[in-house]
Amino acid sequence: MTGVGEVAAFWILATITVGSAVVVALVRDLVRAVVALVGSFLGVAGLFILLSAEFLAVVQVLIYAGAISILMVFAIALTPRSARDNAETAMRWLALALALAMVGLLIAVATVTEWGPQAKEGFQETASAIGEALLNRYVLPFEVASVLLLAAMLGAVVMVRED
Amino acid sequence: MEVGLEHFLVIGALLFGIGLLLSLSKRNLIGVLMGIELMFNGANVTLVAFARFLEGAEALAGQVLVVFAITIAAAEAAVALAIAMALYRRRQTVDVDRADILRG
Amino acid sequence: MFREIPEAAAWAIVLAPLGSFAIISLASLARSLGLGRSRPPHSAWLTIGAITASLVLSLWALDSVVQADGHAVSFEPHRWVSIAPLEVSIGFRLDGLSAIMLAVVAGVSLSVQVYSQGYMAHDPGYSRYFAFMSLFTGAMLGLVAASNLLQLFVFWELVGLCSYLLIGFWFQRDAARRAATKAFLVTRLGDLGLLSALLLIWRETGELDIGAIQEAALTGAIGSGVLAFFAGGVFAGAAGKSAQFPLHVWLPDAMEGPTPVSALIHAATMVAAGVYLVARLFPLYALSEEALTTVAVIGSVTAVMAGLLGLVMTDIKRVLAYSTISQLGYMMAGLGSLGLAPAIFHLFTHAFFKALLFLGAGSVNHATGTFDMRQMGGLARYMPFTFLFTVVAALALVGIFPLAGFWSKDELLAIAWDERRWVFWALLAGVFLTALYMGRLLFLTFAGTYRGGGGEGHGHPHESPLVMLVPMAALAALSVGVGLVNLGKGMEHLLVGSLPEEGLAVEPHFRWEMAASSVGVGVLGVGVAWLVYGLKVVRAEVIRSVFWPLAAVLERKFFMDDLYEGVIARGLVLRGVAWALQQGDEKGVDGLVNGIGQAVRVIAQRVRMVQAGQVQVYGAAIALGVVVSTVVILLVNP
Repeated sequence: MTGVGEVAAFWILATITVGSAVVVALVRDLVRAVVALVGSFLGVAGLFILLSAEFLAVVQVLIYAGAISILMVFAIALTPRSARDNAETAMRWLALALALAMVGLLIAVATVTEWGPQAKEGFQETASAIGEALLNRYVLPFEVASVLLLAAMLGAVVMVRED
Repeated sequence: MEVGLEHFLVIGALLFGIGLLLSLSKRNLIGVLMGIELMFNGANVTLVAFARFLEGAEALAGQVLVVFAITIAAAEAAVALAIAMALYRRRQTVDVDRADILRG
Repeated sequence: MFREIPEAAAWAIVLAPLGSFAIISLASLARSLGLGRSRPPHSAWLTIGAITASLVLSLWALDSVVQADGHAVSFEPHRWVSIAPLEVSIGFRLDGLSAIMLAVVAGVSLSVQVYSQGYMAHDPGYSRYFAFMSLFTGAMLGLVAASNLLQLFVFWELVGLCSYLLIGFWFQRDAARRAATKAFLVTRLGDLGLLSALLLIWRETGELDIGAIQEAALTGAIGSGVLAFFAGGVFAGAAGKSAQFPLHVWLPDAMEGPTPVSALIHAATMVAAGVYLVARLFPLYALSEEALTTVAVIGSVTAVMAGLLGLVMTDIKRVLAYSTISQLGYMMAGLGSLGLAPAIFHLFTHAFFKALLFLGAGSVNHATGTFDMRQMGGLARYMPFTFLFTVVAALALVGIFPLAGFWSKDELLAIAWDERRWVFWALLAGVFLTALYMGRLLFLTFAGTYRGGGGEGHGHPHESPLVMLVPMAALAALSVGVGLVNLGKGMEHLLVGSLPEEGLAVEPHFRWEMAASSVGVGVLGVGVAWLVYGLKVVRAEVIRSVFWPLAAVLERKFFMDDLYEGVIARGLVLRGVAWALQQGDEKGVDGLVNGIGQAVRVIAQRVRMVQAGQVQVYGAAIALGVVVSTVVILLVNP
């Protein structure tokens, strides 16, 4: 990726994504955190487009930015106001240390490793290719995933049911 | 200036790290859930970046894997939010540090 | 005459009574569970039938042995246990010694069982009694037949167990329980020696087969020190079982069991086992002068000491018990003087007349309701047959010509004269004592006037029923006759012939003057008893007051019981060993256990903090684990 447009798009999207994530961590109100989270999800969708994964970008917007965020808003709305605080527990410094260690480790691995040639062109028409792959080569995991979704739906229904 | 695989990997690592921080430090169960979703996203960015940049016979496998990851994330979110509701109904709280009846 | 006994038939000798035991036990179990019902008389008939089968087969075995070359029928042993270096076989050793013993055990046991049927007729434990008797007989037969020391040990312990069960048969009585425990513990003390001897010989030779050990000893493969220790250990076991000094104390107390049990214990099963064991391993003793001397000394001491104690007992069964101890001392002294054949011959004859004496005592008890001779007297008039049989048995025991005891006792005396002169004098003193206490027993019980018996309902003693008299008659006939079987030295050749080497045992030489002197001493003893207890020329109390220190010592049984119970059991064991063990247990073992528990508790108090019950703590642990393990993997495998 050498085009000026692509590079600029990357940096903008990276800033949105990571910045929104940091906002999620910092804001005190859960509703605002969800809004910031949506921003981060949308940034990731843009990164997917940049990575020539248009289908995934659409899925990301639909499921993460749409469904999951709405679900979270519902959950926040169903719990009382007092529970909308986004405070940290006593473990915050330990968690920060661990997260920093994890990030440092991942970045070190990502930069130190020799990844080999990266001269590949982006994909064309990923949606039809993914659809074909799901129904041919990956049909078994596909079915398993459908069963998983069913089980998750039933589980969620059973758990929130009034006794 | 060139943008390569490493850049995307670093973005993925940062998302993962922030998600980890959230899921370990937030008191509210929904906050924890947000952290987990961020970690998913970090992993997904990494997978798609590998699919885009690295040579291989199964180049599209990374994107297919992300499809499954998103599916599972959706299921996980639904179950986790259901747990949050059930927890609130029983204990009038969604604070994970107060849900400790399994304390040894 | 007949063809040689097959191995299966030989095994049947042992297995028939054991099978009878199993059937009676299972039937009793079924009955107690309410399944079917077995009427009591069946158990007696089953036992008698099984032992009759054993007797018939034993006689067949004896015949086979007589016909066989080398007076032994060899059966191939079967492999039993095989644990790396330990190879234990199980086999049937059929030679002169075991064949004679099989026949004696089965024969005496049979007559005792028939007698018991009358004696125990109204006992609530009828079936249990016959089950134990079957097991007892089977165990003794198995002991006799064992070709392997471990096999022998198993049956040996089984015999011990049965004696415990039968002595404590009336377990409602405190004295019976005590006596059973005492017998068990005292014999176990000796068994400790036997077990260590077994371990020693296995360590030294890697063999437990009797034949192989004898061969190893004869070829000199076993050092003399090891041999002496082995023989000593075995003799400790034998002394326990055969009630030799100083482990004799259990036998008089064992009288608490039913009288037929006493008859069986004293004649054929329990106490004979010790003598049999020494005889079985006789070649090893013959090679070890120290062991042989020990056996002779212990035997002689036992013979004289028990004879003295027999003089002061008032309980008829206790007199007989000390008499048995004394006679077992004779046998041991004979073995210790290299007289294998005379000792076993005496065991053989003694079995019959001692069983008869006990059955007679049981018959007297049946009539008078007591065992105390001071309450008897004049019974000759009421119980003529019992009187006749008891007199025969008593004279046989004293050794009056031509009854059975004369022949065997005379051989023992002859061999002692040749081999160890001091043993001879001890045994001769024993003959006098035997005559004295047997005469006392006869005159106190059967002469004079009846002194009332055991109170209520026994005012008019009556003769015992036929079922009790018939076995007594059979034994009386044997007591008269069996002494003659060795007239042609047949028995001796049978026994000595099956030894692995010539010249191990010494043959006794018959001498007229010796026979005459022993009979004379016997008659003298009976005569003294007649003067004191029959004619009452001198009153017994006067004699007692003249010899009061001796009498006091005797009445306290040489203070042996006081020593064991007062000093050793109460003082040494209870205050010393038990106290030390208690301290060790409370301070050491409990301290260790509690300490471990305390330590675990303290550690757990700390460690449980990790189980915070909060998911985030667990999540942090997972993240930490991922980071640490990734770093480790990268460092190890860059």
